[in-house]
This record gives sequence, C-alpha cells and structure tokens, in this order.
Amino acid sequence: MTQTNSPHPRESEAREPKAWEPEIIAFCCNYCAYAAADLAGSKRMQYPNNVRIIHTPCTGKIEMEHILAAFEKGIDGMLVAGCLEGGCHFLEGNLRARKRTDRIRETLDEIGVGGERLKMVNLSAAMAPTFVQRVQEIVETVRALGPSPLKSPTQKVSAGKP
Amino acid sequence: MIVASPKSVTELKNLIARHGKVLFVGCGTCVTVCLAGGEREVSIASYATRMARKIEGKPLELTQVTIERQCENEFIKDLADEVAKAEAIVSFGCGAGVQAIAERFPGKPVYAGLNTQFLGILEKQAVWTEKCLGCGDCMLAQYGGVCPVTRCAKRLLNGPCGGSTEEHCEVDADRPCAWQLIYARLRSIDQLDRLDSIVPPKDWRPAWHSGARKIVRKEHQV
Repeated sequence: MTQTNSPHPRESEAREPKAWEPEIIAFCCNYCAYAAADLAGSKRMQYPNNVRIIHTPCTGKIEMEHILAAFEKGIDGMLVAGCLEGGCHFLEGNLRARKRTDRIRETLDEIGVGGERLKMVNLSAAMAPTFVQRVQEIVETVRALGPSPLKSPTQKVSAGKP
Repeated sequence: MIVASPKSVTELKNLIARHGKVLFVGCGTCVTVCLAGGEREVSIASYATRMARKIEGKPLELTQVTIERQCENEFIKDLADEVAKAEAIVSFGCGAGVQAIAERFPGKPVYAGLNTQFLGILEKQAVWTEKCLGCGDCMLAQYGGVCPVTRCAKRLLNGPCGGSTEEHCEVDADRPCAWQLIYARLRSIDQLDRLDSIVPPKDWRPAWHSGARKIVRKEHQV
C-alpha cells in the first residue's frame, strides 16, 4: 500500500535531504563585534541564521590554526570581526589579526578553497547595523561560491540547519 | 642562528605526492626562533597540506612531532616509533637536520620542508639579516666587528667600491654599505688605523671550496 499522507509529517520532513545553506563562523571580539551583535539582537535586527558566533577576547587572540582547523572541518566561510583600526582594547590585536587573515587568505587561495571565504571586518560596539550588513555580505559571498570543497557529502546536505 | 624560510603548500604537497602516511618533524631550536619550522609552523603547514590533499581527492594521514634539535642523534632517536609508522618524513629543520634524520633512518624517504637560508640575526620582529658566511677564517677583528665577506656584495676586503650611494649598497639600495658600517664602527672604537694595512687576498681553503668541512677536537673526544 502506498502511503500518501504520512501520519507523522514532521518525521518524514526530517528525512528529506535539505538544500545546502552556507555555514559561517564569526569570530567576534568581546569589545566590539560581540557587543554589536548583542545590540543587533536587542534592536530586533534580522540577520541570516547561517552564522555561528564565537566569542573571543580580542581578534589578536585568534591563532592561524583556529581558522585553518575550522576550514578543514568543512566550514564554508568565516568572518573575523575586530575593533576599528586604532581602537583595539589591546592596542594592536586587530592589526595583527588583519595580517594573519591576509596570510591565511593566500593559503586558502593556493590550496583551492578560495580566499574570499575568509573576511576580516572592523567595527565598533555601537555599529549593530554594520555588523548585520557584514554578516549578510559574507553569507551572500559564500552562497555564490557554493559549498566548501572540504565539506563532506553528508555535510553538504545537512549543513546550515540548527 | 640558522635562518630558514618555509616552502609553499604546493611545494610541500608535491614533495609527498606519492605517500599517504607522512610524518612532519619540527625542530625546536633555530627554525623555531626564526618562525619557520617550530611546533606552530609545522601545525599550520599540516593543516594546509592536509586540506590541499583532501581537495585533490587523495586524503593524507599526517602526524606531527617537534623535537628539541634535529641536528643531534640524541634527540632524533626519540622519533623512532613515529618514523616506523610513516611512509615518509618531512623535516622542518635546517639542511643539517634533514640530513641527520636521513642518516638515522636509512630506509625512509626524508624531504626538506624548509629552504635553509643563512646564518643571521633577528633585526626586528619578523626581519632577519645575514651576518656570517661561515668562511672558516674569521676576519672580524680587522673590520671592527662588521663582516665584509658576508655583508659587502662584492666581498671587498680593502675599502668600498665606488658604487655605494647615501650609505647604501649599489647592488641593493635597501642594504647598508658594509664598508660605511666598518668605517663608522672603527671610528667609534678609535681603531681607524686598522684600515692603513692592506689585507692580502683571502685564503678560501678553510671555507667550503674543498667540499664539506669536518672539525675534530681530540680534547673533547671520549
């Protein structure tokens, strides 16, 4: 007998392969981007839910290995969000992060992942709209690029859904 | 210290193209200080190489170990267990380290993960400059502690050439003229009279010209 109407619609829905959605990690500095993201939430501003925020004490604390490890595990894109230049709580952590992300972008280009998947942005704690805009931009960039070549086939169909 | 620079990920990937299980070995001495082959650099190179291979569809099983010094058997022998499990080794030591590991493990291919550059010093953060050629017959006393053999592009031993401008070398405008430095240094230590004597052509026999050198000091032998 062919069952046309499932008695458990939610269950059958869960079994269907889902379309790929970009998975983005945002490393957010405690003193600016994290507060900006918080403010965006308080102001009920909407931004794509593809982003998973990682709270960091300063972008200067993000090691190159942290970024590479995320890409190796199949993340599609990454945003490193630090303070405005000249506004780092630790003076130059964001400037160092900029140099490191530039270097990793070169590596990602060289190995065929694509340097555009990694972006560093600078903003202040008050710049909630800018945070939302930057998130939208990276999501759109990564969506245009498609899934990371390092993503496993199972990740490609199930990614992006909480 | 010995200063080296990293090879590109593409080079590393090509070096180990025929292997599936590789050991990356870092060195905790000179190349750690010059940020080329220490634990962190080996870790970054490992991530990048693994990703490059995965994209090619040839996943790589990679282990990484960093030992204190790759140029001493005492430390190299600790690698034996890891080496036994790997098909090949990539050494992130200087050229001496690569060869020491190759000698210790004759049955394993050993590849150099770095380009060994020179004997030098850290000028400022992330900038290294060459100071010594290892010529085997040090003449620094004559030149106030500035080596013309290494730092003069023409290796002139009796005064500057006519090409230096504004205290800079004519071969590389970013490089200070070694002879300008020698003059300033001898003047500051009041030994300008050293420039009065003519230095004869350098004897290069103690240098590398007759092949790899060897030093034996009997008083320390056991």
